[in-house]
Amino acid sequence: MILRLAMQSLMARALTVGMTVLAIALSVALFLGVEKIRTSARASFADTISGTDLIVGARSGSVQLLLYSVFRIGNATNNVTWESYRDIAARPEVDWIVPISLGDSHRQFRVMGTTPAFFEHYKFRGGRSLEISAGHGLDDLYDTVIGADVAATLGYSVGDPIVVLHGLASFTAHDDQPFRVAGIVAKTGTPVDRTVIVSLEAIEAIHVDWQSGAKSGQTTPVEVIRSMELEPTAITAALVGVQSRLQIFGLQRWINEYPEEPLLAVLPGVALQELWQIVGVAETALIGVSAMVVVTALVGMMAMIFSSLNERRREMAIWRAMGARPSTILGLLVIEAMLMAAVGSVLGLALLYLGLAIGQPWVDAAFGIWLPIDPPTVRELWVLAIVIGAAALASLLPAIRAYRLSLADGMMVRI
Amino acid sequence: MTDPALALTDVTFAWPGQDGFSLSCPNFRMAVGESVLLLGASGSGKSTLLSLVCGIATATSGRVSIGATDIGTLGAGARDRFRAEQIGVIFQQFNLLPYARVLDNILLPLRFAPKRKARIGAPAQEAARLCAALGLPDGVLTKQAGRLSVGQQQRVAVARALIGAPPLIVADEPTSALDAATQDSFLRLLFEQAEQARSSLLMVSHDERLGQRFDRVIRLEEIVTTRRAAA
Repeated sequence: MILRLAMQSLMARALTVGMTVLAIALSVALFLGVEKIRTSARASFADTISGTDLIVGARSGSVQLLLYSVFRIGNATNNVTWESYRDIAARPEVDWIVPISLGDSHRQFRVMGTTPAFFEHYKFRGGRSLEISAGHGLDDLYDTVIGADVAATLGYSVGDPIVVLHGLASFTAHDDQPFRVAGIVAKTGTPVDRTVIVSLEAIEAIHVDWQSGAKSGQTTPVEVIRSMELEPTAITAALVGVQSRLQIFGLQRWINEYPEEPLLAVLPGVALQELWQIVGVAETALIGVSAMVVVTALVGMMAMIFSSLNERRREMAIWRAMGARPSTILGLLVIEAMLMAAVGSVLGLALLYLGLAIGQPWVDAAFGIWLPIDPPTVRELWVLAIVIGAAALASLLPAIRAYRLSLADGMMVRI
Repeated sequence: MTDPALALTDVTFAWPGQDGFSLSCPNFRMAVGESVLLLGASGSGKSTLLSLVCGIATATSGRVSIGATDIGTLGAGARDRFRAEQIGVIFQQFNLLPYARVLDNILLPLRFAPKRKARIGAPAQEAARLCAALGLPDGVLTKQAGRLSVGQQQRVAVARALIGAPPLIVADEPTSALDAATQDSFLRLLFEQAEQARSSLLMVSHDERLGQRFDRVIRLEEIVTTRRAAA
């Protein structure tokens, strides 16, 4: 009966209570949303590469190597010579090795030179392989395979011509050697979606007439280039798979101690961990801010209860006259606060799912982060429980004041 | 000899820390089933006396007994429970929780008084019976209390005070918000039902005209001395 009366009391003050509930709902939705994005971003990052045992590049930081080789963020400070690559490839521990050559771009998308082995060995989201949804792989020298986002953004379909730009934000085009879209990779949710893949030889081909990063005067005809032996002199990085996982550390040490050239080999998982440690600070800050928003909403609720106390002194006196103890009045106010927080939490959860349903495709397209719409996790339910508990705690202050008032007023309110 | 319904013996009381208002009541008694009107202007200690009778305030010295129980000997929680069991309270106005249904308002004291509740077999039917007896329209039970007219609200308050037939009804100027015509029918119904429940009725008012119906009419000054320390 007390619970029902508490609900009726709240409904009688629908406007102020509604505003308070809305504030709690928005704050809860924000907090859960930030959590969702955080965990989904982690999952998306972690899903980007799997099945690769080592990433090899010029010596720099392991996070930097991971970022530019897998996520196409930032640039390599140095290249790996073809000789070093051959030496590593010749190691008995190596099961497979895929070279990667970066540095050119097409519109806003990066161009990656690699070998057909990339399509065979690059795995994402727990071992899934790339799938070519239209066209075919890299057959001709001037074939490109483009990611799903590239195709969608630029409206390309199989057979369309592509001109590769030198560098990342450059106006120097490799327009003498146009490419052709040979295939489109099905959506993966990884940086591959935003990559134009060409063969390693093609990267060499378009740079035949280039020396020290600038275009020389002469133009070698395409027919001549096709007949040339296009062996690269350097690559940006390489993905390596070993015969047995036991050999990973041995090979890593061998590469890191390679005498001819300073190289770095990292385990993708370890580099991701290091990345989390850096990103973790920002994550903690985000969670902290959204938690503060929840606290603010609860403080707002506390203020609302405080300001309602005076106009409810009459009501308290009625309760007292009917034989309610002051502690019953305290309990009534706490129950009301918990009801508001509970409704706010559930509404917040609903807002979250609404936001997810609306924002999911957009976030995926803009940031490559897939926000799964799952039933609430235990962790999320805990968050809701904590919000309701915190509301009960916050309401104690005004409730204790009501307790004192009702002790002093008794059944006679002198106002 | 049976215990009186209400007995105040050598009671003195001072509000703690408040402008030195103090009250003493050497002797006041009400027999079981008796109806008493206490006449007093505002500020004459009416509210304080009612607080003492209801056990909201406790006497500094002396005894306040209801039936055989000296309520000064009860703890705070037990006094709240005792009030719920033994006393029906009617205020001047704003008696009801405006957001709650009439039925919930009437049944509210039973929530805190298990024995009183046990005396009635079917609380909802008893509430309906009281409402009908008090001249409230059919279907009033499910209405929101705040939507009723003042006169109807006061009758609902009577039903709430009388449900479960508590031995003592305390009414604080229950008619002052009503017009003369309604006052009369209100009092008639109140007396009818209080007699039927065999409840003693203690009413406080400043209106002498109400006196005819009561067994006794007492001026507050006759039983109570108040003192207000010079501010």
